[in-house]
Amino acid sequence: MIEEIASAGLPVDEELSIKKNRMQPLHVTGKEKRFSLVTGIHGDELEGQYVCYELLRRIKEDKEHLKGIVDVYPAMNPLGIDSITRGIPLFDLDMNRIFPGNREGSMAEFLAAEIIEDLKGSDLCMDVHASNIFLKEISQIRINEVSKDTLLPMAKRANVDYIWIHSASTVLESTLAYSLNSIGTPTLVWEMGVGMRITKEYGDQMVDGIFVLLKDLGIWDGEVIEPKTPIISTDGNVHFLNAAVSGIFLPCVPHWNDVKRGEHIGDIVDPLTGSVSQRIYSPCNGLVFTLREYPVVDEGSLLGRILER
Amino acid sequence: MKRKMIFNMKSLYRDDLRVYGYEFGSGSPSACIVGATRGNEIQQVFICSQLVKRLKELEAQGAINQGKRIMVIPTINTFSMNIGKRFWPTDNTDINRMFPGYNLGETTQRIAAGVFEEIQNYEYGIQFASNYISGDFIPHVRMMKTGFENVKLAEKFGLPYVVLRNPRPYDTTTLNYNWQIWETNAFSVYTCDTEKIDMVSAMQAIEAVLVFLSKVGLLYYNAPEAGVSEVIDESALITVKSQKAGIFIPRVDISDRVEAGTVLAEIINPYEGEILEEIKAPQAGTVFFMQDNPMILSHAVAFRLI
Ligand SMILES: [Zn+2]
Repeated sequence: MIEEIASAGLPVDEELSIKKNRMQPLHVTGKEKRFSLVTGIHGDELEGQYVCYELLRRIKEDKEHLKGIVDVYPAMNPLGIDSITRGIPLFDLDMNRIFPGNREGSMAEFLAAEIIEDLKGSDLCMDVHASNIFLKEISQIRINEVSKDTLLPMAKRANVDYIWIHSASTVLESTLAYSLNSIGTPTLVWEMGVGMRITKEYGDQMVDGIFVLLKDLGIWDGEVIEPKTPIISTDGNVHFLNAAVSGIFLPCVPHWNDVKRGEHIGDIVDPLTGSVSQRIYSPCNGLVFTLREYPVVDEGSLLGRILER
Repeated sequence: MKRKMIFNMKSLYRDDLRVYGYEFGSGSPSACIVGATRGNEIQQVFICSQLVKRLKELEAQGAINQGKRIMVIPTINTFSMNIGKRFWPTDNTDINRMFPGYNLGETTQRIAAGVFEEIQNYEYGIQFASNYISGDFIPHVRMMKTGFENVKLAEKFGLPYVVLRNPRPYDTTTLNYNWQIWETNAFSVYTCDTEKIDMVSAMQAIEAVLVFLSKVGLLYYNAPEAGVSEVIDESALITVKSQKAGIFIPRVDISDRVEAGTVLAEIINPYEGEILEEIKAPQAGTVFFMQDNPMILSHAVAFRLI
């Protein structure tokens, strides 16, 4: 059942509409648990599009196993997705910095408030992101340390490769996940892949994990996989590699690969002179879980992140 | 006057990013004035350029007090300005959301860190800022309520209003907020416009800064007696929103006094020309903010009244 959860008028003959698809059993008692899958806050992150499609497809195929409510929200920022814009077009604003929103504020803040209202009360919410166009990420769940106790047990069941428990920061208090967690709606943030692309294997892995969580919640009673055991870390184990110079980045290791301390990770080169401007070496033994995908770098650009092991 | 390069970054194929500060007087770091942090803040650069010109003349007349140093940074973001973008050209980040910065972090964090290191020890910090909702304001001084704010000082600009704002989470990375946390008395000055030059409010802002600098003892400046500022809390402003979307025809101007029920604007059907909505003042007040786009969305903030 497709429902509109928020809308706003655009100046010339167009309505901005945020929709969800609700899947529920034939006979609803009112006591069903509810799972919400959210994506598309950043209009250039598309990995979640496949996840929404695939989750709904599998549920529709075995509808008799559905014992609770699954709400799928594929496009929180519909104008952004349809115009290849990361933020909200017209506002040049990161939609994940305006939650919990405000009905008295701008249209963007109004929509954010409506979104929170609709998601509130879910037994579990999952917000799917796909990094950005610059960096490729391994399938991972990110948890703010303030909500670790509630979220970590669920995250471990989600069939991810990696769980990153990061430290709190005031700026992150304006995200959808923080806002929902702070009103008692458990929300996991999933990051995977790279912007503007779909990595089908990550999507399939994630949908397998969602079914495990649905079964744990009593929303699904069909067969599910045995989830992977994730690597769990805090900020202390994560090393950032930033460019010291501008240029073209050429990595020489694959993504999600073990590296040794001092191992050559890649080079920043200068195509005008044909020379290497900076050689990049690993600062530790570990796993390259983030690797730059977009070749042009400025001084400071992130080239990768290594999880020390 | 001394021109000092306070930050420099090499690019792949573009010219270097250079941030300059113009110093007047010498001695203790007394006042720092920052213009554009975003590429569309043209009015802000213009105001700073005029301030540099005025301060140069005043310095030549010996009007800057002994032992006081004033610095003006017209822009820290030439890269966005030169290609007509508001935010950083590559990753679209906002330098004014990166303070205090991090010199080992990402590009815009490094720019913020490099600039902040040079400007953080000043006694007074003045930033010409802009809002993310594009529109016209009554010229005013804005302060963040951090617990360190000094409202009495803000009144020394002599602008019609001083607006106090409760910081939201995303405000904690602005220059204004971080200046205050590092014990600089920080003020954001808003004029009527951003993307185009509004000469009248630009001149008013320049005058206000010179008056302020003289009242805090940095400058001998013979100014006509300025007006008294009214202090208001941002949360006390009355927000007037649109219900319909269409072509926006304002019927009032900034600073106008309106009565309850006064038609502030009409929203016109862009195909058939008839009036879809009359936006009316919910109560009497003065027009403080007005959106400046000829088109309007529904649920948009059309006006703010005092
Ligand atoms: Zn995202």
